[in-house]
Amino acid sequence: MENNLLKNAGPMLEKVNRRYFLRSAGVAATTGAFIMGCTLDDHNIPGEEVVDLGVGDIGILNYAYALEQLEAAFYTQVIMTPYAGMSEEEKTILTDIMYHEIIHRQFFKAALGAAAIKGLTPNFGGIDFSSRGSVLGAAKLFEDTGVQAYNGAGNLIKDVNYLLIAGKIVSVEARHAAAIRDLLNPNSADFAGNDVVDTVNGFDKAIKPGVILPAVQPFVVNKISGSGLPS
Amino acid sequence: MNLLNILDQFQKFDGDAIERIEYTSRRFFLNKISTKVAAAAAPAIIAGSMNKAYAQSSEAVDVLKFALTLEYLENEFYNLGNKTAGLIPDMYKPVFAQIEQHELAHVKFLEAALGVTPPFRDKPTFDFTVGGTYKAFTDFDTFVFLSHAFEDTGVRAYKGQAGTLIKDPQILEYALQVHSVEARHASISRKILAKIRNSKSIKSWITLDEGSPAPVYKGSNSEATIVQGGVNLLDLDLTGIPDTGSVRYKAATEAFDEILTKEETLAIAIPFIKM
Repeated sequence: MENNLLKNAGPMLEKVNRRYFLRSAGVAATTGAFIMGCTLDDHNIPGEEVVDLGVGDIGILNYAYALEQLEAAFYTQVIMTPYAGMSEEEKTILTDIMYHEIIHRQFFKAALGAAAIKGLTPNFGGIDFSSRGSVLGAAKLFEDTGVQAYNGAGNLIKDVNYLLIAGKIVSVEARHAAAIRDLLNPNSADFAGNDVVDTVNGFDKAIKPGVILPAVQPFVVNKISGSGLPS
Repeated sequence: MNLLNILDQFQKFDGDAIERIEYTSRRFFLNKISTKVAAAAAPAIIAGSMNKAYAQSSEAVDVLKFALTLEYLENEFYNLGNKTAGLIPDMYKPVFAQIEQHELAHVKFLEAALGVTPPFRDKPTFDFTVGGTYKAFTDFDTFVFLSHAFEDTGVRAYKGQAGTLIKDPQILEYALQVHSVEARHASISRKILAKIRNSKSIKSWITLDEGSPAPVYKGSNSEATIVQGGVNLLDLDLTGIPDTGSVRYKAATEAFDEILTKEETLAIAIPFIKM
């Protein structure tokens, strides 16, 4: 019954997303009135503040923080409103991944301190959380994108300690990607499919922020600027 | 015994290796430029790539030699496993065939980069049974057990070399691109091991420093680490993760993979190499 409700409640779901996200991000101005009056359109008003990731290593860390915010919000929603027929195996995997992404998000928030960007407002309007295919398809996209983004950001980092942190996280994202892909197409080559790992060198993709950011922008209500990032 | 010397015994290469890596890197990079946008910006990009390429160091060569040793091991392991009739159940064959394809590609890339083609090529001789200890190719459980250990070792070993490559941006990026593929392999291999052992404690990610052989998961930077960049992960606001039992602690160790040093990695690999 809950799932039927959600199927026809796109805007309501968005409000739930946003409310949950704002709460978890600890944003101060989350009054009930604000939340209930908050619609997608409100965020598209001209002149709204652009979220600037910043420059140098801080910019790269904020870039990672932005991606982790998106992932954490996504899996939080997945677990809060599970699709019908979610198997025990799927629930365990998706819950574990939610935990990991929350930890990544909170880690970057703490590491960045005052330099951290604000809590972003996700836009998951294109994802049907009642559909297994839609959820796992989105999870696959987020995880592969995460891997490719960290791989592409690695050699833009100046501080070896930050590089190491990125390295410690990216392999966990790759573990996630393979696990999700195996749920979609079990025991096939898709866990590291030829669509993401090239057949000549056996390399995962490495994609720079200038390409990643426009690709993830549709999933975020706030306008994000990476113009100060190294390239 | 100085474990590092073992690399020189296996991989003889000539003094032109650094230049050859530069050439390979550049050629690969040029091949990657395919979009119109990139083509328009190509002169600037190429100039940047050249400058970066000339910064490549002897440290980078050492890392690639180290990586090639690991890739030789993995490639031969899967090659032998995949061609042993009756070892791998049909349902899992596509997985291990795909892994072998990647390890072979990694070997070829590294050989080309280092110029270790015949007569310079000197691949180690492996014994995956470790003198009869492991039924590597006669028992599927053992095969998957070794697979997950090699992959987790590979992930941690590549990660351990990232810092050394920070002054060699193109090589660093290649290493990261291999590193995440090893992590995908580790994930699926662990998943299959969990299935055939009907285990709920083996997951695609590494919990605490659980796992066998122990040196693969412990070491000077244990997989059970919960302090990252000076931040104790358990001190964070982890709202959304149950604060009961060891749920947060386990999740914190799973969320970050850790490095193995070169020495620790070689100590794991050496029992599988015939002296």
